Amino acid sequence: MFEGFDPVNLARFQFAFTVSFHIIFPAFTIGLASYLAVLEGLWLATGKPVYMDTFKYWVKIFAVSFGMGVVSGIVMSYQFGTNWSVFSDKTGPVLGPLMGYEVLSAFFLEAGFLGIMLFGQKRVGNGLHFFATLVVAVGTLFSAFWILSVNSWMHTPQGFSIAPYVPIETAPWVADTVASGTSVLPDAPTGGQFVPEDWWAIVFNPSFPYRFVHMVLAAYLTTAFVVGGVGAFHLLRNRYNQSARTMFSMALWMATIVAPIQIFAGDQHGLNTLEYQPAKLAAMEGHFETNVDGPMGLTIFGIPNMETAEVDYEVKLPYLGSLILTHSWDGEIKGLKEFPRDEWPNSTVVFWTFRVMVAIGFAMLGIGLWSLFKRFRGSLYDSEWLQRAMIAMSPAGFIAVLCGWVTTEMGRQPYTVYGLLRTAESHSPIGAPAVGASLVAFIIVYFLLFGAGTFYILRLMGKAPTPFEDETPHHPTRAAGITPAPSLEGRRAPDPAE
Amino acid sequence: MDLAVLWAFLIAFAVVAYVILDGFDLGTGILFPLLGRHENRDVAMNSVAPIWDGNETWLILGGGGLFAVFPLAYAIIMPAIYAPIIAMLLGLIFRGVAFEYRFKTVRGRWMWDASFFLGSFVAAFCQGVALGALVQGIEVEGRAYAGGWWDWLTPFTMMTGVAVVVGYTLLGATWLVMKTEGEVHDLARRYAYFFGVSTLVAIAVVSAWMPFEQAEFYIRWFTLPQFFYVAWVPLLVALAAFSLFQALWSGKHHRPFLSALALFLLCFVGLGINFYPHIIPPDVTIWQAAAPESSLKFLLVGAAVLIPVILAYTAFAYWIFRGKVREGEGYH
Repeated sequence: MFEGFDPVNLARFQFAFTVSFHIIFPAFTIGLASYLAVLEGLWLATGKPVYMDTFKYWVKIFAVSFGMGVVSGIVMSYQFGTNWSVFSDKTGPVLGPLMGYEVLSAFFLEAGFLGIMLFGQKRVGNGLHFFATLVVAVGTLFSAFWILSVNSWMHTPQGFSIAPYVPIETAPWVADTVASGTSVLPDAPTGGQFVPEDWWAIVFNPSFPYRFVHMVLAAYLTTAFVVGGVGAFHLLRNRYNQSARTMFSMALWMATIVAPIQIFAGDQHGLNTLEYQPAKLAAMEGHFETNVDGPMGLTIFGIPNMETAEVDYEVKLPYLGSLILTHSWDGEIKGLKEFPRDEWPNSTVVFWTFRVMVAIGFAMLGIGLWSLFKRFRGSLYDSEWLQRAMIAMSPAGFIAVLCGWVTTEMGRQPYTVYGLLRTAESHSPIGAPAVGASLVAFIIVYFLLFGAGTFYILRLMGKAPTPFEDETPHHPTRAAGITPAPSLEGRRAPDPAE
Repeated sequence: MDLAVLWAFLIAFAVVAYVILDGFDLGTGILFPLLGRHENRDVAMNSVAPIWDGNETWLILGGGGLFAVFPLAYAIIMPAIYAPIIAMLLGLIFRGVAFEYRFKTVRGRWMWDASFFLGSFVAAFCQGVALGALVQGIEVEGRAYAGGWWDWLTPFTMMTGVAVVVGYTLLGATWLVMKTEGEVHDLARRYAYFFGVSTLVAIAVVSAWMPFEQAEFYIRWFTLPQFFYVAWVPLLVALAAFSLFQALWSGKHHRPFLSALALFLLCFVGLGINFYPHIIPPDVTIWQAAAPESSLKFLLVGAAVLIPVILAYTAFAYWIFRGKVREGEGYH
């Protein structure tokens, strides 16, 4: 099996498949962790039970998706070595420590406090429990910080030198070490590796701030549309469900405020790409010829044809391309033809993934403005059409995140480290049959297990949020005055799983 | 002590932390089919549910740390043990999702019981195979793995695979002795005898076999005067084994687990004696594989500050969930 396949392409596909499945969970849990912290904080501050009810509703969903994120993430941390060993050897000195910091400052933090957050409410006080929730939320952001720094460095590498290559067998200090029996460190690295020179420049490489802001906002929006969609679903059944109202309202505030900020951040990210990765930008726009003779139009429809280097069925709006990309009426943008043919990213794909992402961003903005209008009219919870639209949009964030990542990662090809290390030179000495077999195994297992997880999450979302979600309520001491009647104390929502 | 040696100890620390921590929760999973009623399995799973995620993070530190400070070793070892690593990762997925899924269904519970057991078993076995493959030697050329992709499959690696499964199961059984009461406790105590004996046999077989895999190992263990420098390891193993069975026999709750941990630590020390100063015996030393000094220094700052903090809050989390897990006291 797989004898005729190119092992590099199989390994690329395996990485794309596993990382795409993985990113779905963090994109959701980064936002959800922050949302849970806000809910618990509001509950402690106001004592209103609806916040704790909503917290308990979402924390069960958080537990399932966080678990899936963890196990799909372990795969990523080993796949660099198994499938991209040359890349690992060369970039390990630069990227390894950043990932090391991610493990030390984020993964342990999340894992250490997750147990307390999920299972410890009866064992620790309210204050400590809130602290645990907060720490988990901060941990998810730390994690995003480091891994996006790693990814960004691969797009815009700086702060390093490249060591000469000397085979390890002949490195002089190795012989000294063996002869003397004590350790002799090399005077200078000899592995042909990227050698870190300036850590500040490496961590805060040019594309990192943009990518970090863009991704965290994307995670927040993704979560907001899931939370809002679930709220809308239950509002359509019972307009007076307090918890559903809370979800719906908070999610729409998030959409109203963050969607425009995200569009601005995306625009800034695009300008950064234009500066550092002009070939990627040209591919995203289906821009083959440099617009030497006047302003660049914006192609709103078309199919970039990589064979003929033209856009088929093109529909163009004048001036807009120059305006958006250079913020001037007639700015000149380099076309793909300025770059060597073997360095063209696949424009057919990234042209469309980019447009889908942007369209979803503007749809989110539209929903946000619509809800703002309804909110000021005092009819936020009464508009069934807004609720239906919110339900329809609930998976939109995931689609936008995946499209955005496909755009930026395929747009970087044919390099893993932009301009310096080619994808074709990065992979492990592993044949197509082995990579093909593992790819098939990943596909089967991921669809089976994460499919089951998605089913359980959807079933949890299908249950209406109820007061005193789950079990005996635990109120903050300062809110003791509103403790419900004793008859409600032991009440337990019937659980079909029991 | 230079930075490369310091980092070798830190990575070894992460690996040993992983082995004993995830060891007992993988072992709990391997014991799953032997626990009888599903309520017993609930108790067993709940005894590790709040902490398994933290335990598994040490595996990421082991892999990620290797990538950071010994990138050459990471780049050579991972392709060499491609199949066992992929199988281990898939096993960890099967068991990891079971923690949540199992409590979401009654009709499908058997499925997630099976998933938890098989995932734990496969992950443990593959870790043993990976260890065996490293011990028996990996073919290196230039800066890359140069062997075939079935090189890891030998009688020796099958033996180390079985040894790790048996050893983890002992850790799991003694963990349940410590953390549970009643039916599960009694069952676990009985299994601890069986897996205690099996673990000792496995240790004996692997220890006797290992020196014949590489010449340098043979010199360290089976020649004089070298033997006298290392003879304390098997002596302490005997002592730990005595402590294990004595504690099981006299009804102790904590000491069987601590004795099993001691057994694991000693095996690890034995391995270290074999390996040092190589990271991939017999070809690559820790200095050859080490990243440039700026990498080692940069991460060392973080490790020096953060690892003590991590140990502190991990201990705190264990302390919060201290004591016996009781039936019906599910966290779910």
